[in-house]
Amino acid sequence: MRFLTDRKRATGLGSGRTGTHEHWKMMITSAALVVLVPLFVFTFGAGLGGTHEEVLAYFARPCPAIITALTAVVGVLHFKAEAVDAVVDYVHGVKGKLLIVAVEALAWVLIAAALLALVKLAL
Amino acid sequence: MVQLTLPKNSRMTTGKTWPKPEGATNVRKFKIYRWSPEEGGNPRVDTYFLDMDKCGPMVLDALIKIKNEIDPTLTFRRSCREGICGSCAMNIDGHNTLACIFGLDEVKGDVTIYPLPHMPVVKDLIPDLTHFYAQHASIMPWLETKTNRPAKEWKQSIEDRKKLDGLYECVMCASCSTSCPSYWWNGDRYLGPAALLHAYRWIIDSRDEATGERLDQLEDPFKLYRCHTIMNCAKTCPKGLNPAKAIAHIKEMMVERAV
Repeated sequence: MRFLTDRKRATGLGSGRTGTHEHWKMMITSAALVVLVPLFVFTFGAGLGGTHEEVLAYFARPCPAIITALTAVVGVLHFKAEAVDAVVDYVHGVKGKLLIVAVEALAWVLIAAALLALVKLAL
Repeated sequence: MVQLTLPKNSRMTTGKTWPKPEGATNVRKFKIYRWSPEEGGNPRVDTYFLDMDKCGPMVLDALIKIKNEIDPTLTFRRSCREGICGSCAMNIDGHNTLACIFGLDEVKGDVTIYPLPHMPVVKDLIPDLTHFYAQHASIMPWLETKTNRPAKEWKQSIEDRKKLDGLYECVMCASCSTSCPSYWWNGDRYLGPAALLHAYRWIIDSRDEATGERLDQLEDPFKLYRCHTIMNCAKTCPKGLNPAKAIAHIKEMMVERAV
């Protein structure tokens, strides 16, 4: 039993003075994906159906490689922000914090893997 | 972890079915949530029948008729009966609204009445709004000034006054906050649409001199940024207000001062 006033419970530890930058980053990545996803679909689609050599040659060109890299990085960063938000919403306490670390780690592994795959294709 | 099912002691049971009014031809069925701390046990749904030819047009009329003529133990809040006090907010036919301005003709079939969702229940249709009111108090719902008090009054232009329209009308009925999933899951820390609408009402008041402090207080992943623009608040508000829009404006101001 803790004898806290209602106001004390409502105020808690006060404001964390964070959140705006995460919100702004989410806006930026959302806007970027509106442009990148259609570009990616068209450029990736154009490279489909060729032989191994043709695909290698296609991704050696700067435009498809840069669009694919940007889509992968921005897409995963956006996923990371949304996934962290979902964890904060639904999982609380130590479990939630561990899950956030896992989501962050997964996101950076995905970015690294995507870029490595692209570099191997392009170079 | 979020609890996705009701705890055992909150699961609904079938309650008492009261007799139909004798000789009535226009009868309507009301299923009403009942729970009393004195009786304990699980909550139940009691069934009442009313002669609609002898009942007023609003849900509150029906509740008052049930309390006066059938079951005096039925407990609910009510006061102004014209949508001004916000006392009679409850969940009617799945919508959080005010019983006094919600017409019985707006409900098809049986009328189901529950207390506002996801709040502790004091008794029957009365939710415990202690934390909700404390959250409202925490946003400092009053004019904060640093300049010496003027000789007459704090002046405000007609244009600046118009910015308060759609905000000052909120009657704090809690319909919006209790319809918000983010408030359900994180109501202990997320301020909820009602408190944030009030916060914005004071943030954009041209006479208020604590805008920065107010924004500082709200800049928090929980207090403000649990709003995911689900829009249940705007859909359910019995006064036709749009708390989601007010929250979006607060976020805009946060970005404006930070980026």
